[in-house]
Amino acid sequence: MKVLVPVKRVIDSNVKARVKADQTGVDLANVKMSMNPFDEIAVEEAVRLKEGKEHHAAGTATEIVVVSIGVTQAQETLRTALAMGADRGILVQSDADLEPLAVAKLLKAVVDEEKPDLVLLGKQSIDGDNNAVGQMLAALLDWPQATFAGKLVIDGGKAVVTREVDGGLQTVAATLPAVVSVDLRLNTPRYASLPNIMKAKKKEIAMKAVADYGVDVADRLKVLKVTEPPKRSAGVKVADAAELVSKLKSAGVL
Amino acid sequence: MAVLVIADHDGSVVRDTTHKTVTAALALSSDVDVLVLGKGAKAVADAAAKIAGVRKVLLAEGDAVAHGLAEAVEATVLPLAAGYDAILTPANTDGKNFAPRIAAKLDTAPISDIVEVVSADTFVRPIYAGNALETVQSADAKKVITVRPTAFVAAAEGGSASVESVAAGEAPKTAFVSEEMVKSDRPELGAAKIIVSGGRALGSAEEFHAVMEPLADKLGAAIGASRAAVDAGYAPNDYQVGQTGKVVAPALYIAIGISGAIQHLAGMKDSKVIVAINKDADAPIFQIADYGLVADYKTAVPELMAALG
Repeated sequence: MKVLVPVKRVIDSNVKARVKADQTGVDLANVKMSMNPFDEIAVEEAVRLKEGKEHHAAGTATEIVVVSIGVTQAQETLRTALAMGADRGILVQSDADLEPLAVAKLLKAVVDEEKPDLVLLGKQSIDGDNNAVGQMLAALLDWPQATFAGKLVIDGGKAVVTREVDGGLQTVAATLPAVVSVDLRLNTPRYASLPNIMKAKKKEIAMKAVADYGVDVADRLKVLKVTEPPKRSAGVKVADAAELVSKLKSAGVL
Repeated sequence: MAVLVIADHDGSVVRDTTHKTVTAALALSSDVDVLVLGKGAKAVADAAAKIAGVRKVLLAEGDAVAHGLAEAVEATVLPLAAGYDAILTPANTDGKNFAPRIAAKLDTAPISDIVEVVSADTFVRPIYAGNALETVQSADAKKVITVRPTAFVAAAEGGSASVESVAAGEAPKTAFVSEEMVKSDRPELGAAKIIVSGGRALGSAEEFHAVMEPLADKLGAAIGASRAAVDAGYAPNDYQVGQTGKVVAPALYIAIGISGAIQHLAGMKDSKVIVAINKDADAPIFQIADYGLVADYKTAVPELMAALG
């Protein structure tokens, strides 16, 4: 089984995003960037499918291809995935910050070329917080989708996925080929070891351009402005529980 | 223009997230229809018909839509889409699952998790874990939007719309296998007026339940948890409040033993009053708390219980 894992280079999850003074966006100059945390989980699961870790049979995945769409530096993100155990990478270069619809269309074109049996990706990127690309890719391919996977089992041509939904868990079986988006608790991603980081430098990354795919990537949404959320007014410290209760009572919330 | 709201319900009752989404829809147009998908959901449709401002209710009944399978929801909505300029649904796990799928089929850019309707084509949504608000204008003729329920007031009751049946779709390549829902008599996290939320400091699942449940019961509150508490197995996944869990905005949010990471704040910083109980006086949670109590939860919570009487 061939697995395609889309990964995104985003602001590091420990960095607090700062809005630019001219309200045109978030300031990403000199900010630490990393692989989107959900995508690390997707890469980890793909590697486990290959290695046969946990409940997966060894060799369930035979080849893992990672793909990123973005600036030249996204190669670093692909190298990280290669060091974790992916086999080869594809970078679709774009200096524009593409919308999920455009990303889904480009990924569909990559899927049409690569013909994977499974696309495994993060449920959302922590910058745009859209939670849309996987679902849109599945729709464009007319493939079944299983989003927010907390557990994945490949069983007889199906992806049996336990999904994290409001109120609990739901298990669905999606006939392969399918798109599965991963949630936080699917696994704990490994750290790439130094020897594997060195080996990853020799793995292939195919450089592509958006134009190679003949896909319409025009923005549909115009960002009018990006602003800071309203600040909360400073609070007070209370001495003990009794004072807390009396404050809450006078604030009218108890 | 006409707007279709896809209802959120539990099979017998319309959730108030639907009322809130209707409010957002009414800001776009006065022609708002509600689609109820389910099985044996006539009562839900009848209840949706009573939401003030609703023009008519469409009821689609079938097995695949009863389980909310995205492919079936898509197949139900697409034949109806020609009659609508916008499709809105709450940004819960169901809406997030099917809305982008429908949007892609309509070749339109979905707009996720809006917190404000500026005009019929312009919306505000949080990005970067709520550290920035983005105002976007859509150029698409048809819009597919998920609505953050906590950002809108619920539409009132008092309507008298008609209910008509429409065909439900199938999901040929996806099968429902099973579900395991967390049973709780407490208010639902998304709709609770008071939430008590516990973090890693509680140390174990037994301690989490022993500390949080009596306090929640005393306050009539829902229980939430930080990601750390959920990852450690102290609380079910479903309790998680944050960027990747639930976004809540109760009147009172009491964070106990929660440090206040960016990802957690994203899910609760719009609460009206925030209380933090933490023994670390430098914990980031105190920067956004209205009332902070620097104390070990082991002493503070029993004292709080006593003070509540």
